[in-house]
Amino acid sequence: MSASATPLAVEYVRILPELVLSIFGMAVMVLDPLIDERRNQRTLGNIALLGSLAAIIATLYQSQYPGPGFWNMVNVDAFSVFFHFLVTTVTAIVILTSYDYMEVQQIRAGEYYGLILFGAVGMCLMSSAVELVLIFIALEISSISTYILAGFRRRAAISSEASLKYFLLGSFATAFFLYGVALMFGATGSTSISVISQVLRSGQIPVLAYAGIALMFVGLGFKVAAAPFHIWTPDVYEGAPSPVVGFMSTAPKAAVFAVLLRIMFEANAPGRLWLIWVTAALSMTLGNIGALVQDNVKRLLAYSSIAHAGYLLVAFAALPSGGIPAAMFYTASYAAMNVGAFAVVSHFASAGERYVTLEDYSGLGRRSPLLAATLTIFLLSLIGIPITGGFFAKFYVFSAALQANLVGLVIIGVLNSAIGAYYYLRIIVMMYMREPREEAPVPAAPIGLRAALTLTVFATIYLGILPGGVLEYASRSAAELMRQ
Amino acid sequence: MVPITTLHYLVVAAALFVLGVIGVLTRRNVVIVLMSIELILNAVNLNLVAFSRLYGLHGQIFAIFVITDAAAEAAVGLGILIAFFRNKETVNVDEVDLLKW
Repeated sequence: MSASATPLAVEYVRILPELVLSIFGMAVMVLDPLIDERRNQRTLGNIALLGSLAAIIATLYQSQYPGPGFWNMVNVDAFSVFFHFLVTTVTAIVILTSYDYMEVQQIRAGEYYGLILFGAVGMCLMSSAVELVLIFIALEISSISTYILAGFRRRAAISSEASLKYFLLGSFATAFFLYGVALMFGATGSTSISVISQVLRSGQIPVLAYAGIALMFVGLGFKVAAAPFHIWTPDVYEGAPSPVVGFMSTAPKAAVFAVLLRIMFEANAPGRLWLIWVTAALSMTLGNIGALVQDNVKRLLAYSSIAHAGYLLVAFAALPSGGIPAAMFYTASYAAMNVGAFAVVSHFASAGERYVTLEDYSGLGRRSPLLAATLTIFLLSLIGIPITGGFFAKFYVFSAALQANLVGLVIIGVLNSAIGAYYYLRIIVMMYMREPREEAPVPAAPIGLRAALTLTVFATIYLGILPGGVLEYASRSAAELMRQ
Repeated sequence: MVPITTLHYLVVAAALFVLGVIGVLTRRNVVIVLMSIELILNAVNLNLVAFSRLYGLHGQIFAIFVITDAAAEAAVGLGILIAFFRNKETVNVDEVDLLKW
């Protein structure tokens, strides 16, 4: 910890990815009115892409300078680097998928790219923050950006409705989170996670701390779309622009899970087991059952994301040594497959997001074989078929839960995976075994989308064949996290 | 005369919190829902400042951050509401119904 009044140079390195993203985000905003209207869409996208790539490099550079910064507000460790890398990569991929979507939907892209970068700042900051004040601010940076992004198809009524719903329920949840933080501050006399951790581990746990944890969990549970705080999810995912859904169903979720891991494990939250148990079981069950009856693919994927939040939460009920790496691995593989799936959906949706029902996907295997094959890989991974990332993700989570003797929860999880297979397979059957409703071929995938899909398919398969490297890194960072 | 302790402040804050939650859940006008959320945030501020009596300035500084954030949130929220109003000509939560609520 630095006692000096001004931060050291190395402390700026510890927030370097955030600085880089902010600078590029501001550059996008400033250049937006200056660049030629017709060409600016792509130019701004390129700047944003450059920004996210620079942030990835900054993350790699930062990983050599671990340690606390800014009076113990942030802490760079293997854990935070992992989530930085995940968030910045997802940002880059989402920007790649947005280029042509923006043109097809005829949306002026200026602030869009700026907001994506600013949102990424908040998510990165969330994963390295070790102070509840900073966590709250980072959470708000990321949330407010996504509220606006959800309503970016301004002229479409459903998009602005999605945005309004997301905003109202989101700020309601934030208020709960804050109330929890205030009670935690009252119970322990500090907002620093390490101090809170010391107080909570030293015998008597104040009653206020239980209330604080429960309220904070309500707020964070909302952000990751865990039942029973999931009501907003299908509506918002259906109405928001598809690339944005790909973004907000993965990057902010990963960041909030990082916060949850810090609060639940590092701070050794009291009463965590039952809180998690009930939420995980409810999310898995309600998510999968809800998805069974959906005709809209975006809505279906929304319910699937609720279910996946449930599987992920199972890891939180396990022991730290097994649970933290399993949860980290799950966020990574879920990000790869979900961003990919929404990239295909956004390309196929066409102008005004017309083609988003299950019926529209009939015969896609013939009309656009490559796109259908890619989507199939992502769906198989979401089911959890071997040789895809989804398989090992579920495997590690459930084995971590078994080590902690959570047999009941694992049984619920496995049953739910079986239910889940049905609705993912329904899409695949639609694509390959139905006659196309329209003979018109789907427009060829543009270069940006192709790059994004190649990356996500590669990541999905890689995590399914060689999960060892990522898992080992995750275990190492978990050990580091628990030592502090 | 009973001296006012930290507990008294906490009770007031809890009452404000409950009022805010009731407001969000029962009011139909989006602007009033927004005001109810502000009420909850003020309950948080009251809590933080009350705890500051015990633990020093920390909580008061946090409260300033919360106030700033509430302003940012209200600005964005009203902007979203205007975008919504242009499409639907209503500020009533009951009529936010294109998507199944």
